[in-house]
Amino acid sequence: MNLQMIFAGFGGQGVLLMGQLIAYAGMLSGKEVSWMPAYGPEMRGGSANCSVVVSDEPVGSPKVEDADVVVAMNKPSMAAFEKSVVPGGLLIYNSSLIDDKPKRADIRAVPVPVSEISSELGSPKVANMVMLGAVAKLTGAFSAEELVDALRHKLGSAKEGMMQMNREAIDRGMAVAEG
Amino acid sequence: MNRQMMKGNEAIAEAAVQAGCRFFFGYPITPQNEIPEYMSRRLVEVGGQFVQAESEVAAINMVYGAAGTGARSMTSSSSPGISLKQEGISYIAGAELPCVIVNIVRGGPGLGSIQPAQSDYYQATRGGGHGDYRMPVYAPASVQEAVELTQRAFDVADKYRTPVMILGDGIIGQMMEPVTMPEYTAPAFDRSWAATGWKEGCGRERAVINSLYIQPDVLEKHVNKLARKYAAISENETMVEELYMDDAEYAVVAYGTTARIALTAVRRAREDGVKVGLIRPVTVWPFPEKAIEDAAGRVKGMLAVEMSLGQMIDDVRLAARDRCPVRFYGRTGGIVPGVREIHAAIHAMKEEL
Repeated sequence: MNLQMIFAGFGGQGVLLMGQLIAYAGMLSGKEVSWMPAYGPEMRGGSANCSVVVSDEPVGSPKVEDADVVVAMNKPSMAAFEKSVVPGGLLIYNSSLIDDKPKRADIRAVPVPVSEISSELGSPKVANMVMLGAVAKLTGAFSAEELVDALRHKLGSAKEGMMQMNREAIDRGMAVAEG
Repeated sequence: MNRQMMKGNEAIAEAAVQAGCRFFFGYPITPQNEIPEYMSRRLVEVGGQFVQAESEVAAINMVYGAAGTGARSMTSSSSPGISLKQEGISYIAGAELPCVIVNIVRGGPGLGSIQPAQSDYYQATRGGGHGDYRMPVYAPASVQEAVELTQRAFDVADKYRTPVMILGDGIIGQMMEPVTMPEYTAPAFDRSWAATGWKEGCGRERAVINSLYIQPDVLEKHVNKLARKYAAISENETMVEELYMDDAEYAVVAYGTTARIALTAVRRAREDGVKVGLIRPVTVWPFPEKAIEDAAGRVKGMLAVEMSLGQMIDDVRLAARDRCPVRFYGRTGGIVPGVREIHAAIHAMKEEL
């Protein structure tokens, strides 16, 4: 496996956390991983993105240029990173906020209405976990259990009460991705 | 300890604590702020002291004081802040005190940008401050290596009584990678030179920490003693990694973050049938002259790749002694060169040479 991914969206959408959880899940399953945030004078509501590599080999460049997977959580992110997807690669986008269709025909584009789904679940905060479920399903890289383990690893046992809701969000994301 | 995901900055700080660093003095600047942030919390837990100084100049002079007692101490900053510390680093080198200085480099000159860069190479490897001195400089290319080199830096600092620098960049500082903290045991070092409180009848001479030698002949003797120390460091402490060099017809020379991006480009060029390897200086001072010189006799050309206008390339050329041409590819201003660009530069070198 050598999975090169870019996660992008507004600051506050949980974009960096999504990338971290994929990296954690990769590490917990014994892979080599890297997580690299685009850092700058960013703020809530500004733009945020990160590169994640999950690989069987030691990671070369931590900065992803040619992505197997781009996750776009808002319009500017899709505009910026659609071109970074390799031919035949995957563009997963938040269709709750993005009403444009992707332009390229040589990639697989999958819309995920994360806001609607997370509202149904009763918590807009888990929109990123819905997306993460879709990512896991479409890449076939991780199971829901592995993502929840990663979340537990990241948040610690004090947040155990939140795991059920997050698990549901991941499951719904996986179900949507299955179509 | 198990593998855990850590930011480079936090990993450097934890590695320092595990190496017995108990004193940290710093002043905030991006992209290294996680180091003082982590130290402010962590040093309290282990009985150490954290001071957010009023300036970088104050911070390095606090390190000077703490190091004078023989305690393991550290400061960190980023490019403009490291410039401010240069006077203190020169004093510490002159007074022969051990300490570790971390530079998480950002784009310059001036306030520049907060994005990753390698444009402080000259400053780091040529002393930076005034006077005839050198300083070992380690350039990690991964978070795990940043941990190992930070701990080595404390040992080398104590062994030779010298300031030692960790030269990272914004990517090394901000990136998260899995880390396994090594089991660390500090070797025993003679610290009889340390100023720890002298009393009549305490059985030793007064320890004097000083870098002022007003008589020229005395200073020359001191500087020559330092020169012997630097020769010993060059002899014993040079570190370099060579990959795909056995049958290489071309070599890319790069350090730190740039080296790992270059490694991906080298692998891609190998897939195209170009016999290219990578030489990665792990210490940029002492520079791995021998590895470069030997390789220069075997390859058709070398390509130095840096996040600067070209600084390390001077050392590559000096070491290569005109045995092969040396070309350059670099980005500056905080732009990180991509795999595609370096891959193209490798092919351009092959076409030309």
